[in-house]
Amino acid sequence: MEIFFQQVVSGLATGGIYGSVALALVMIYQATDVVNYAQGEMAMFSTYLAWTLLNAGVPYWWAFFGTLVISFVGGVLIERVVIRPVENKPILTIVIVCIGLLVILNSVAGWIYSYIQKPFPSPFPPRPIMLGTVVFGAHDLGAIGVTLVVLAFLYAFFRFTTLGLAMRAAAQNPVSSRLCGIRVGWMLAIGWGLAAMVGAVAGMMVAPIVFLDPNMMAGILIYAFASATLGGFTSPGGAVVGGLIVGVIENLVGTYVHFIGTELKLTVALAMILIVLVFKPSGLFGRAAVHRV
Amino acid sequence: MTARAGALGLAAALAVALALPFVVSNFRLFQFTQVGVYAIALLGLNVLTGYNGQISLGHGAFYALGAYTTAILIDHWNVPYPLTIIAAGVLCLVAGFLFGIPALRLEGLYLALATFALALAIPQILKYFEHWTGGSQGIVLSKPAPPWGMKASPDQWLYYFTLAVLVILFVLARNLLAGRTGRAIVAIRDNPIAAQAMGVNTALYKSLTFGVSAAYTGVAGALSAIVIAFVAPDAFNVFLSITFLTGVVIGGLASISGAIFGALFIQFVPNWAQDISKAAPWAIYGVFLIGFMYVMPFGIAGALRRVAARAARRGTAARA
Repeated sequence: MEIFFQQVVSGLATGGIYGSVALALVMIYQATDVVNYAQGEMAMFSTYLAWTLLNAGVPYWWAFFGTLVISFVGGVLIERVVIRPVENKPILTIVIVCIGLLVILNSVAGWIYSYIQKPFPSPFPPRPIMLGTVVFGAHDLGAIGVTLVVLAFLYAFFRFTTLGLAMRAAAQNPVSSRLCGIRVGWMLAIGWGLAAMVGAVAGMMVAPIVFLDPNMMAGILIYAFASATLGGFTSPGGAVVGGLIVGVIENLVGTYVHFIGTELKLTVALAMILIVLVFKPSGLFGRAAVHRV
Repeated sequence: MTARAGALGLAAALAVALALPFVVSNFRLFQFTQVGVYAIALLGLNVLTGYNGQISLGHGAFYALGAYTTAILIDHWNVPYPLTIIAAGVLCLVAGFLFGIPALRLEGLYLALATFALALAIPQILKYFEHWTGGSQGIVLSKPAPPWGMKASPDQWLYYFTLAVLVILFVLARNLLAGRTGRAIVAIRDNPIAAQAMGVNTALYKSLTFGVSAAYTGVAGALSAIVIAFVAPDAFNVFLSITFLTGVVIGGLASISGAIFGALFIQFVPNWAQDISKAAPWAIYGVFLIGFMYVMPFGIAGALRRVAARAARRGTAARA
């Protein structure tokens, strides 16, 4: 039973990270109907920026918030420069542009920082924390905490600020929002900026566990896809819950289903995505898409 | 006018292709064999994505399936290699058709997502079935010798062999796409509801297109296993699928000749770019992917078509 709880808690920790990347995906999807394939690489790039700042001797939390600011600006720039020209083009065009972005970010990171793995510090103390007889890593608990803080912050932002309201309006009904004087184009750009920030948080939380390298987000991205699909691409809260569920399932399946172990982890994510898409394409908390014919 | 120019261009290309083994070195020839292999894979992906509008970011998986089918059949049972190619094609046809059935329920983005996940998962799956696939070591094959006592190097023979397969498959694809079936495939892409109203069985056509597309890519994978004489899981990572997508976009979506241009691009441009940096080929892929979407959405073939059409118009205008 102890092993079970242990696995559940460490599943929740990784699940929190999947949930934050999924949250970033869902935010962009809701605002612009784009599934951002480059989300993982954007997060990876932000983490490298944080690494650069840390290496220059900046204290951790300064580097953390500095990275968030840079990521926000970077996300806005990407939307303005790369995505905007193809905004109303067919899905295929948008997918291809996002894949192009993924490849560019990945190779530029490799170019600048090389493909050698780098250690990345955790802001939390390395000593384990005991709850009863179950041992937790402080970083695991910290990562869950940080994810919840991000979620609370975003909830408050979209619920209580004028800007958040304007962004929701722009996503829901661009034409009417424009008539009300909302600058819809900029709302989309800010959405990308926020998503880049959330991705950066996820990157900095996951890097101490998987080490920093240009391909570190590939596995996480597929799990984030699984989380967003499970929670529903139209539900931000669902994405986080989906992430936690996916993280726990991943760990339990890896522990108890022996032929899977850790070697078929990505296949588990693939199977989850396919099962959800076939049986409940809108996910647990999402709205079913309705088309007018 | 343009039709005759097209036929002339085709004849010239074929003549160049036939003469190639007499003018270039064995290594270059090997590279051109690769171009042929890629062209078949790109044609397969283009039938699905370009003509039918179903986005696949995971065709590397079918390429891998074809390659491993051939490698395992040769390695474990000594099956003659031409037969293994047919086996790979049939297996991928079935696999693609089956994957196409759940894919029916997935539109646009979601299909891209599911296939992307497939592409990411495939190296792990290959490593897992170690008994068959040789794990991360892969399987080493030997290059087949030319038959009937022909005086040719294995590279020359494989080049002609690939070229023959390529020509057959291209003719088949042209016939498929130019007829009634092809119109149905394109109609589904452009307006699925109207296609259905015209009596097209959308579900059947979509899964069949998926199957045919996978079969082409599988045959290409099988050829690649024979040509390279080696398969290993890490060669079939997600970037292979992205390479195919890049080739299709650059060659030209919904164009048969585009597959050749795309294949030339993905074979030779990364080699040149490699001299700059290990990361440079991918950066160039990315820049080309985005750049082509902005300025040449129908790729090289589309641009050539436009130039030819303009020249033809000018010709008729001058005569009139």
